[in-house]
Amino acid sequence: MAVDVETITDSKLTAGAKIPVKWVAFFIVIGAILPFVVGGYTAFQGTLIMIYAIAILGLNLLTGFNGQFSLGHSAFYAIGAYTAAILVYHLNFPVYVTIPIGGIICFVAGFLFGLPALRLEGLYLALATFALAVAVPQILKSSHLEELTGGVQGLDIFRPDVPAFLVDNFGLTMDQWWYLITFVIMLLLFWAAWNLINSRSGRAMMAIRDNPIAAKSMGINTALYKSLTFGVSAFYTGIAGAIAAIVIEFVAPDSFTFQLSILLFIGLVIGGTGSIWGAIFGGFFILTVPNFAEEISTGLSYAIFGVILILVIYVMPSGFAGLVNMLRVRLRKIFRTTS
Amino acid sequence: MNTGRKLTLALAAVAAMGMAAGSALADKMYGPGVTDTSIKIGNTNPYSGPAAAYGAIGKSISAYFDKINKENGGVNGRKIEFISLDDGYSPPKTKEQVRKLVEQDKVLLIFQSLGTPTNSAIHAYMNQKKVPQLFVATGATKWGDPEHFPWTMGWQPSYQTEGKLFGSYILENVKDPKIAILYQNDDYGKDYVTGLKEFLGDKADKMIVAEESYEVTDPTINSQMIKLKDSGANVFFNVSTPKFAAQAIKKFRELNWDALFLNNSVSNSVGAVYKPAGLDNSKGIISLQYYQDITDPSIFDTEPYKKWKAFMAEYYPDGDLSSSFTAYGYLVAQTLEQVLKQAGDNLTRENVMKEAANLDLDLDMMLPGVKIKTSPTDFFPIEAMMPIRFDGEKFVSLGKVVSVN
Repeated sequence: MAVDVETITDSKLTAGAKIPVKWVAFFIVIGAILPFVVGGYTAFQGTLIMIYAIAILGLNLLTGFNGQFSLGHSAFYAIGAYTAAILVYHLNFPVYVTIPIGGIICFVAGFLFGLPALRLEGLYLALATFALAVAVPQILKSSHLEELTGGVQGLDIFRPDVPAFLVDNFGLTMDQWWYLITFVIMLLLFWAAWNLINSRSGRAMMAIRDNPIAAKSMGINTALYKSLTFGVSAFYTGIAGAIAAIVIEFVAPDSFTFQLSILLFIGLVIGGTGSIWGAIFGGFFILTVPNFAEEISTGLSYAIFGVILILVIYVMPSGFAGLVNMLRVRLRKIFRTTS
Repeated sequence: MNTGRKLTLALAAVAAMGMAAGSALADKMYGPGVTDTSIKIGNTNPYSGPAAAYGAIGKSISAYFDKINKENGGVNGRKIEFISLDDGYSPPKTKEQVRKLVEQDKVLLIFQSLGTPTNSAIHAYMNQKKVPQLFVATGATKWGDPEHFPWTMGWQPSYQTEGKLFGSYILENVKDPKIAILYQNDDYGKDYVTGLKEFLGDKADKMIVAEESYEVTDPTINSQMIKLKDSGANVFFNVSTPKFAAQAIKKFRELNWDALFLNNSVSNSVGAVYKPAGLDNSKGIISLQYYQDITDPSIFDTEPYKKWKAFMAEYYPDGDLSSSFTAYGYLVAQTLEQVLKQAGDNLTRENVMKEAANLDLDLDMMLPGVKIKTSPTDFFPIEAMMPIRFDGEKFVSLGKVVSVN
């Protein structure tokens, strides 16, 4: 019977899962058409949703796939945003270049933060990252860095015009242009995350999450993997922050409060921990639901948001991705029994 | 022949006038958000988050528009539809909400959006889109720059303006002034000092005998105070936030410094500054104010106060009668009402901006002599303030307004 263990092993765990090409193609077509059929404001909102999705995916790599908690991702988001803003404002860098630089600086920051964080587990790590989130806005405001960061007043970023040939040939607006840029970056990052998760490294990350002692005894360098995961996670969030700074055209310490960390965390749970594409739904949720709650009652918007949150968690305890998976399995069962 | 010619001229003139009148009647020019019966106005305010206390301003503005909609049928027959959204004092949220207001709700203008970082986030956008960003609720100086940002205007006196007004007060009331300044080393503190120096002009170098700054992170300002006293100044100008202002007052008395104490309006608070510093110590401090102190019992019997209280009772019963925010909202809403009245039936964004830059308005809750006055080159509506002295319990008006002109 021992042989059976080999045969019923999920092939995903050894060969890696295949990308569902049909669904992804469908998603790309819809996503690419969208900015041309909706107005500028909606395209702008779509851009924000994708930015949040990238940041949430970053958090998901850390929490969902590696089991490390972070309430400090607003700090990495801020570092990415400020990197872009400072490079553009003080050094006249082209905005496009600042996006990967923001990501790389965050990778280094995340990796370095990940090293001391190795000694902290679970709740203690959550507290340490929480401290980071609370500290960063104050550091940005501090008078020693004011020349660089603009202090409380923040920094303006001006986006260059849409390349002329795109305007002439396609009539592309600023909102559509940045929507498409963000869309492409998001696809690239999601594809990279998919490959990472379905690789040796990804399996190592998940092994550490599921049973660190077993992982270690199998020869996985847990310290290295944990720090690296922290770095990669910060890289994703930093890229999101850099794009956000450019799209909003302004950064200020008040943009990156602890509340942002909480929002990302909510997006993570709602989208589904351990799901890559769930992050998009997470981004959609944290952008639209507060607006929706406000429409119901301005004074009680957060109370309503809370109620919606509780209901959503109740209906889909494993996030949106979990719900879809469950429905898929059920539908398949029904389909099988009827046919 | 002469008479005949005169007659033709007269006829022509009458005809021309008739045509002008006719075209004026037909000349209903509407920008986005305006119909024959309504005007859409957008606003952002922090109703949630750490700055939620300011939400009272948005609520009192909304209450005031309810009042004029109900009692006067709006402005020139158009009801005001006031759409106020929550931005939680977060700049990205402000940008999102303002874009929603401008592009989806299609408001005529954004009015009283609150906060310096939040307004900074939409400053460029509003001017690019040519949508009025009227009477923003922040004290920064950059909102009054018609040359570069013709679609943005502040309302309250900016820090720089207040610095100038203190200069004016010193020149009028102190013989041979020697001024010592304590200021916070950031935009806020520097704005005050710039304003004062600008007003004093050539005399600034001679009159200002000492300047000391501190960092927000400093634990105390005692050493600065000692240096300032040693300069032999007879005027002490305090540009610090409440915690430091209270320290400054205590140290000022401890040192037995015999000088005129001028305090910036940021720290002009009995609860947050004068009480902690000691009410006795705070006696004689002079500061500037531009609208009625609604907690001062001596105005309770005046007509404007009664009118305001009746408004509060009917339209904003939950509002705090001792919070200056509610009076502030009441006043700024009246300013917009006046702009819309003046614009008449020509409610384009251009014309609204033109009328906002053409104000000469007295409001009854303002202190006597404080006017709201603007011109195409002057985007600072309030540039006069009343000096007030703290008598150990309450503020006493010193009677004569100081202004920059």
